[in-house]
Amino acid sequence: MRTTPVLDTAPSTTAGRADALAIVSKARDAGRARGAAVGLVLAAGIALSFAISVSVGDFPIPLAEVVPAIFGFGSPDAHFIVQTLRLPRALTGLLVGAAFGLSGSIFQSLARNPLASPDIIGITAGASAAAVFIIVVLGGGGLLISIGSFAGALVTAVAIYFLAYRRGITAYRLVLVGIGVAAVLSSLTSYLLTRAQIWDAQRATVWLTGSLNGRGWEHVRPVGLALLLLAPLVAVLARPLKTLQLGDDAAKGLGVGVESYRRWLILAAVALAAVATASAGPVAFVAFVAPPIARRLTRTSLTLLPAALVGGLLLLVSDLVARRVFAPTELPVGIITGIVGAPYLLWLLARANRVGRGG
Amino acid sequence: MSEVTRAATHSLEAQGLTLAYDKVEVAKDLSLSIPPGRITCIVGANACGKSTLLRALSRLLKPSKGSVLLDGQSIHRLPTKTVAMHLGILPQSPIAPEGITVADLVARGRYPHQKWFRQWTKSDEQIITDAMVATQTLELATRPVDELSGGQRQRVWIAMALAQGTDLMLLDEPTTFLDLAHQVEVLDLLVELNQDEGRTIVMVLHDLNHACRYSHHLVAMREGRLVAEGTPEEVVTEALVKDVFDLRSMVMPDPVSGTPMVVPIGRHFNVNEEDGLTTAGEGIST
Repeated sequence: MRTTPVLDTAPSTTAGRADALAIVSKARDAGRARGAAVGLVLAAGIALSFAISVSVGDFPIPLAEVVPAIFGFGSPDAHFIVQTLRLPRALTGLLVGAAFGLSGSIFQSLARNPLASPDIIGITAGASAAAVFIIVVLGGGGLLISIGSFAGALVTAVAIYFLAYRRGITAYRLVLVGIGVAAVLSSLTSYLLTRAQIWDAQRATVWLTGSLNGRGWEHVRPVGLALLLLAPLVAVLARPLKTLQLGDDAAKGLGVGVESYRRWLILAAVALAAVATASAGPVAFVAFVAPPIARRLTRTSLTLLPAALVGGLLLLVSDLVARRVFAPTELPVGIITGIVGAPYLLWLLARANRVGRGG
Repeated sequence: MSEVTRAATHSLEAQGLTLAYDKVEVAKDLSLSIPPGRITCIVGANACGKSTLLRALSRLLKPSKGSVLLDGQSIHRLPTKTVAMHLGILPQSPIAPEGITVADLVARGRYPHQKWFRQWTKSDEQIITDAMVATQTLELATRPVDELSGGQRQRVWIAMALAQGTDLMLLDEPTTFLDLAHQVEVLDLLVELNQDEGRTIVMVLHDLNHACRYSHHLVAMREGRLVAEGTPEEVVTEALVKDVFDLRSMVMPDPVSGTPMVVPIGRHFNVNEEDGLTTAGEGIST
């Protein structure tokens, strides 16, 4: 192992210590610089796709007029289209994607398992079952669907937590119980759809695919507020989360109150997934793929902000594709994210079988 | 390494511990005191409760009766972060998050010393550097932990435990899954940490000969009870090996270290009781 000259110099001498320190500082600074660069590139990508998203459509608005229109200037037509149609839609996409990305990153880090994202372990399935119940049985719409799906996600999360609880929570049991609960809930959803009137069933199906069509300010506000409240909470919890990644025993040994921090983190992640689902439906796989993409870009083991940025960018770009590929017909955005996410899921499962571990 | 030789000032003792998992009693009425500034090894057969005892000593497991005292105070009543500043534990199978680099993993050992308003300082960086130099992991600083060999990985984990900067270090089978050369390398490293920095080390070891060679104080357990305690010379006898491991053996001085060395006999060899020489046992067929 004695390969570098640094080790051959006596490390207790001041010079040797300084050299060693420089090596470590350089290594850690390089990591931080990469993280910052990735963050900037992602932010630029978001700004660009946001602007394009506001610009294109049946009534194109030149890119140069997009920014003035967003801030309330420009022609009355552009102003109307931007302020009431495209801006809230793009914002909903950005915020929902960010919330999903952050939620997925927390879940996956906590469970130390890439399968443990809210769209796989049943959180969004709970939201979906509740929303379909409201559409099909109660004939409700709009706000009622949002409230119902939010409540459905929370109730499901609590149920999964208690079903998986046995002297604490282990990641593996959480994932297995979650997948089981998701299966139960999706069969419930299917049953409800078979009982539905054709018109309700169609509405429910669009909602279930996840869509940004016709999203207005009433959809922006809840998810924006949730991010405003929960992002600082998550930022505070990031350091304990980094120790929780090392396993419960190691985290306890480092002086982390494992159970209470875990409960706060789960609460934040569930709330983020719930509010995102309430705003745009269970958009497939955003929470699932955003964190690993962010991790590969930053090459760090915990990515919270980058995962949120990837999620936002992913949803913005997917929605742009969904709107334009068969224009003027608009596809639900969930179809595009599904096309991105499904192969990754298959690859992950294939790899998990090959290396013999849960991911 | 640290310029000041630290005085091992922190005491750790167990009083009347009864330990249980899910109400199944694993150990009963254990009392022992860890000698400060020394290396203590806990040995015993599989499932004798030695890892459980270590978990209790490091407050990972709450005893159903009795208490563990750190400097005379019950370890379960002290704030866990305060304990973490004096006592570090390297569990048996810690998890390296996917993609983490060596430097970042070692840095996580500084958690108990950080506060939300004081995140990371130059002195933290110096401490993790010293830990990496001491464990010879400095040249691995930028490498992902997933890519390392078993021996390298174990040294990285020890570096993380070192970075925690505690006087007391508890290690649960630090040499499992390592080949013989790497086992000795890790044990040598722990001896250096003890001698150069005066750290108190407590570890669970599987290999009785390693325990004899690398500890000042030996604790032997059988079926959840302490059978013997003392220096390896005092403790390790043929009778004890029979009692603890249910194994016939000869104990003789290790030709290298002079500490007791256990040579197992087994069923296929015989030993003349009087002169200690092997006689015509059937041996293994050639």
